[in-house]
Amino acid sequence: MPLPLSIFILVSVIKSAIVLGVLLTAVAYTVWLERKVVGHMQNRWGPTRVGPFGLLQPAADGIKFLFKEDLTPPHVYKPLFIAAPMMALIFALTSISVIPFGNSFTFGPFSVPQFLPFHYEMPFHWGGAVIGPYSIPFQITDVNIGLLMILGVTSMGVYGVALAGWSSNNKYSLLGGLRASAQMVSYEIALGLSLVGVLIQSGSFSLRAIVDAQGGHFWGFIPRWNIFHWQFIGFFIYLMAAYAETNRIPFDLPEAETELVAGYHTEYSAMKFAMFFMAEYTNMITVGCVATLLFFGGWHGPLFGPPLVQALLPVFWFAAKIFCFLFLYIWVRGTLPRFRYDQLMSFGWKFLLPLAIANLVATAIFVAW
Amino acid sequence: MHLFLFLMFGAVCVGGAINLLAQRHPITSALSLIAVMAALAGEYLLLGAEFVAAVQVIVYAGAIMVLFVFVIMLLNAGEEEQTKGSRVAILLGVPGMLTGGLLIGWVVLRHSGTESVPIGALPGHPTDIAQLLFHDFLLPFEVTSVLILIAIMGAVVLASKPEASAGKVG
Amino acid sequence: MVPSYVPLSYYLLLSGFLFACGVVGFLIKRNIITIFMSIELMLNGVNLSFVAFAAHWHALAGQVFVFFVMVVAAAEAAVGLAIIIAVYRTRETLNVDQVNLLKL
Repeated sequence: MPLPLSIFILVSVIKSAIVLGVLLTAVAYTVWLERKVVGHMQNRWGPTRVGPFGLLQPAADGIKFLFKEDLTPPHVYKPLFIAAPMMALIFALTSISVIPFGNSFTFGPFSVPQFLPFHYEMPFHWGGAVIGPYSIPFQITDVNIGLLMILGVTSMGVYGVALAGWSSNNKYSLLGGLRASAQMVSYEIALGLSLVGVLIQSGSFSLRAIVDAQGGHFWGFIPRWNIFHWQFIGFFIYLMAAYAETNRIPFDLPEAETELVAGYHTEYSAMKFAMFFMAEYTNMITVGCVATLLFFGGWHGPLFGPPLVQALLPVFWFAAKIFCFLFLYIWVRGTLPRFRYDQLMSFGWKFLLPLAIANLVATAIFVAW
Repeated sequence: MHLFLFLMFGAVCVGGAINLLAQRHPITSALSLIAVMAALAGEYLLLGAEFVAAVQVIVYAGAIMVLFVFVIMLLNAGEEEQTKGSRVAILLGVPGMLTGGLLIGWVVLRHSGTESVPIGALPGHPTDIAQLLFHDFLLPFEVTSVLILIAIMGAVVLASKPEASAGKVG
Repeated sequence: MVPSYVPLSYYLLLSGFLFACGVVGFLIKRNIITIFMSIELMLNGVNLSFVAFAAHWHALAGQVFVFFVMVVAAAEAAVGLAIIIAVYRTRETLNVDQVNLLKL
């Protein structure tokens, strides 16, 4: 039974608020996790002073970002200088809206007393009307081209970085912006092609359908995730391309400290800098979500316990998989050195792209067989 | 509801197109063109062409326009200056296009009855598009792939340095 | 929700307006990159009418044509921008009025 319109809008607003709140908290704690993990890898402690284990460090960082002086250097192109960090953050946050976090949550049917204000939208039964059962998916909105929408929104994200670099009127920033736009456009192709293999196997662009296709097990014990379903190479390509798309080490050329000061955000301070920072970590989480949905079976995992636990366990499995992915990100950052720019370009065009095409052709032949 | 959405996206389109003409700096023109393309993707969604909308955002707004912005940044293009030729063009071109546009508008309004586009009546589902693209239009599709290949080779040849000293990344 | 319809002529008017803006920009702009962007604007206007007619006549072929237009636009952007870079290398200007070596 579909929800009445007013309830639907209310539910959507509540869902958006919850997802946004959880996402931003997750972003803050990903930063904490990264500092902690990289610290321990380098035989340091990481943040320890604010709160137990430094757990309140994100809050302290936030307060500091808010109260720092917001400098606008002279000779910048002001409208774009202000708009660029917002664009980066908005595009990063938008792509989370189509990601499903779990199955749907069903409630009802139950009876309503007649004095509720929205009874006029129901079948005309006074008192004790039965509505439902309603099912609310763990997802802000389910579009059947969800994957394409994520790709589109993330491909728009490059403008924030490129325009920040250009509008800062600073040679280091400009170089950072140029590098970012060239790098992101190049790796987007490999990224998109690496996902096509999964799409061919599941036959849909809908993220929900892709996850549903991954339920069950091979021979009773290996989960039927796409990564075990011939898409290992696809996942490898996706991983590499995603590191480049999110400007993370080893592909963080746009903000290479040793050569470009801080690249495209050299001139940014206070909250504007924080927006770039949040955009980067939000993109990391989005990439983790897409990897989990497409290659690691989404929210599939062992289910047990009472009904409420069973309803919430998929969300837990989903979050746990994303956590593993984020940990991998941080691990790579603590391990690998940075590439040179020509190495980056030739790796993308001469290795990843042919490999992605080969993977696509092999998958197509396999499926058509 | 649909009419409201159409008008909203249409207003963004019109504003972006006019802004493209009004701005002197190429990068602001490029940004307004991106706004036009994004709003057009919204119009395509209204028409039920969801796959076209997605491709519009990914290819047009996300790849082609990035190339434009990249070149503008690379060449550090400044404000354009008006010259004699442009004044002639404004004097002749703008009134000419205005009359032409008004003529087209008149014809469209005159000869279109009350027929309207049913929204979402034709879902541009990726499966149907693929069926058309790889089955009915296979030959044109293959020809465009050759076209793309030639374009890639042409771009590489044109952009490479004329001397053999092209050791660095351009 | 009551399904509301948008007349086909509205889409055509919008498409025609975008095309006209493209033509005007092509005529009055002097920066070669902006001229190029005006061409893209014209292509976009045409695409809109393709999609609108596809929905009107219930023929998906209209949407497929949009893909071909996009492919041509992408090829054109690649080659055109390469030409612009080559012109800038030799002439050090982006103003089309100053690229007049072949004029008498």
